Amino acid sequence: MNQLILIFVLLLLSLAAYQMGRRRAYGLVDGQLRKLHSLPVYYGLYAAMWCLLPALLVLIAWTAFDGAIISHLVVGQLPESLHGADAGSINLLLNDIRNVRMGLVPPESADPVVVAAAQHWDHLQRIGYAALAVVVLILAVLGAIFTLTRIHPQQRARNAVERLVLVMMMAAASVAVLTTVGIVLSVLFESILFFRLVPVTEFLFGTSWSPQMAMRADQVGSSGAFGAVPIFVGTALISAIAMVVAVPIGLLSAIYLSEYAAPAFRSVAKPLLEVLAGIPTVVYGVFAVLVVAPAIRSWGMSLGLDVASESALAAGLVMGVMIIPFVSSLSDDVINAVPQSLRDGAYALGATPSETTRKVVLPAALPGIVGSIMLAISRAIGETMIVVMAAGLSANLSFNPLESVTTVTVQIVTLLTGDQEFDSPKTLAAFALGLLLFLVTLGLNVIALRVVNKYREQYE
Amino acid sequence: METSMNETQQQAKETVFRAPDRGDLQATATVDREVRRTVGEARVADPRIRCNDINVYYGTAQAIKNVNLDVGRNEVLAMIGPSGCGKSTFLRCLNRMNDTIDGCRVTGDILLDERNINAKEIDVVPLRAQVGMVFQKPNPFPKSIWENVAFGPRIHGLARSRAQLDEVVESSLRRAGLWDEVKDRLDKPGTGLSGGQQQRLCIARTIAVQPEVILMDEPCSALDPISTAKIEELIDELRQQFSICIVTHSMQQAARVSQRTAYFHLGDLIEVGNTEQIFTNPNHKLTEDYITGRFG
Ligand SMILES: Nc1ncnc2c1ncn2[C@@H]1O[C@H](COP(=O)(O)OP(=O)(O)OP(=O)(O)O)[C@@H](O)[C@H]1O
Ligand SMILES: [Mg+2]
Repeated sequence: MNQLILIFVLLLLSLAAYQMGRRRAYGLVDGQLRKLHSLPVYYGLYAAMWCLLPALLVLIAWTAFDGAIISHLVVGQLPESLHGADAGSINLLLNDIRNVRMGLVPPESADPVVVAAAQHWDHLQRIGYAALAVVVLILAVLGAIFTLTRIHPQQRARNAVERLVLVMMMAAASVAVLTTVGIVLSVLFESILFFRLVPVTEFLFGTSWSPQMAMRADQVGSSGAFGAVPIFVGTALISAIAMVVAVPIGLLSAIYLSEYAAPAFRSVAKPLLEVLAGIPTVVYGVFAVLVVAPAIRSWGMSLGLDVASESALAAGLVMGVMIIPFVSSLSDDVINAVPQSLRDGAYALGATPSETTRKVVLPAALPGIVGSIMLAISRAIGETMIVVMAAGLSANLSFNPLESVTTVTVQIVTLLTGDQEFDSPKTLAAFALGLLLFLVTLGLNVIALRVVNKYREQYE
Repeated sequence: METSMNETQQQAKETVFRAPDRGDLQATATVDREVRRTVGEARVADPRIRCNDINVYYGTAQAIKNVNLDVGRNEVLAMIGPSGCGKSTFLRCLNRMNDTIDGCRVTGDILLDERNINAKEIDVVPLRAQVGMVFQKPNPFPKSIWENVAFGPRIHGLARSRAQLDEVVESSLRRAGLWDEVKDRLDKPGTGLSGGQQQRLCIARTIAVQPEVILMDEPCSALDPISTAKIEELIDELRQQFSICIVTHSMQQAARVSQRTAYFHLGDLIEVGNTEQIFTNPNHKLTEDYITGRFG
């Protein structure tokens, strides 16, 4: 709360610095802007920047560390009898102190030592806030005065401000990269823990997956088997079925929409197709379980086939429908981006519309089409809900689309739902699966990029 | 300023015809600027193409107004006129390329060897193989140079073997004056060529289909004088067998390559006649204004 007020005051101060900087720059040259290196706005921004940023940094640093510092001081002030206590009981004590401070425990019913410590804590915090406010405000005012008094016409205020903007953009860009790296690293470390318990070779090449571990030492059975092959085969099978559905339908509809359909029809049909992408996947799952799976089953039985009630085919078909818009909408965009002059060139040579499409338009649009297909594959591999509902959980090693299979994402979900210990192989296996999945999709993307670049060279 | 303009234009014309100076021309043109009917002989004895009452509309805007014009056999017809007057639009009627433009409507009869190619039931695919076109802006396919030229012969099955195809590609590139520059990089993308080279590639691509009529929309606007000379030679050579319509902004070029010249103005065909007569002795005042540089 206090910090918020402080930030508000800082903003007001920097606004004032901005106005004064601008005025001053203007006044220095009597309104003859040509004589200034930068526009007056930049001098204002420059002053505001020096007013706001250092103070804000101190404020952020304080907010990040004040808890740790105060608790260290409070622990140091505890009575002699508690010195040298182990970390666990200190933690308990700190917890009590917090409860008292928060008013969760009335002071009368608490240990007097704890109450005293809580008061001490509040006291320290008040001092801390006061000191912080003074330091921050002095910094802000100093920063403003320092820059305002130094404004002169040759000063490169614009360059300084632009450099700050650049730094901010770089910071924003690195947030995304750093988060990705962080996630990958954490998954990697957990996986390493897993591979200490289960050999890598067993995980990569084992053909049996049953992650149920014995809960107690005397329990019989279930020693756990962590061969990831069946579930990756299941993932590949379902994704393949989905792509068999989505790629031809998506591509053909994209070609129809962009090359043949009347503009009026296209303007209606394309948004309608895109609606498919907006349906929550759980709805597709319901559809798969209640409509598609029974239909496939009764159809299979009428042909004398043995169809599991939860089949890879049902999940794959519905998933295929779900990703049609990814293929069609993106492909339609790239096909449309092929310049009309190329089509005209082909028509003028006596090419038919289909020859033009096949031999000129599609090759020119190929990189984008490959991109859209890759996106669809990633979606298919990462999709969970439909598979949980329609394909089942049993890790059969099977290429038969009529059988029940399971996928990587589904296994990760089942491994991590419910109460888990964080050091059992069962839980850690989820991270190993995640890592492997990440590597697989990364590999696919690299291959796709290669393909695209190869054709880029040829087609541009 | 005024005099220097005059001088350059006179020099330019003297390389082609000994044109009379502006004063004399004013005396020769007799038809008033307000008159919009076509002056001169729009018809020839044995036409390859005969256009009757052509009107072209883009939506409600009329871009070509009631044009009657013949293209003779073994003839190069030049079309000149200020920018936006409808030259490209008219040219595109002759191989039905206006079909590809939404909202474009063409009325009238266009007889190619006495067959109306503007009729609904005409199949435009063989028509366009017969009437080839080179566009105002070069538009090579994003394929290799070889593929660009082989595209037409392939889809029409004009070559039986790869060797035959190679031959067609080479001869087309040679005639377009591009062979020596690209013979070592036939597998490189056509889009990697310079603008002028791309235009010659498009010309090679068009003649590889062996069209009988060739429509050229400012084919040399991006070319240097040497390539231009090569293309003009090619036009002269093609004329021995075929008919050619060429749109150009260069009056010297029109004078050099064409036998007849048509002058368009805001969608009207103002004057048509022998090239020499048009450039030395125009009858319509608008034509005269244009070729003496008084227009725009
Ligand atoms: N696709 C189109 N849609 C609507 N109007 C068009 C279209 N193409 C051309 N026009 C209009 O038709 C008229 C004639 O255009 P056209 O391209 O035939 O001129 P041009 O004589 O070839 O000009 P330039 O010498 O600049 O190439 C112009 O007014 C133009 O604005
Ligand atoms: Mg034009």
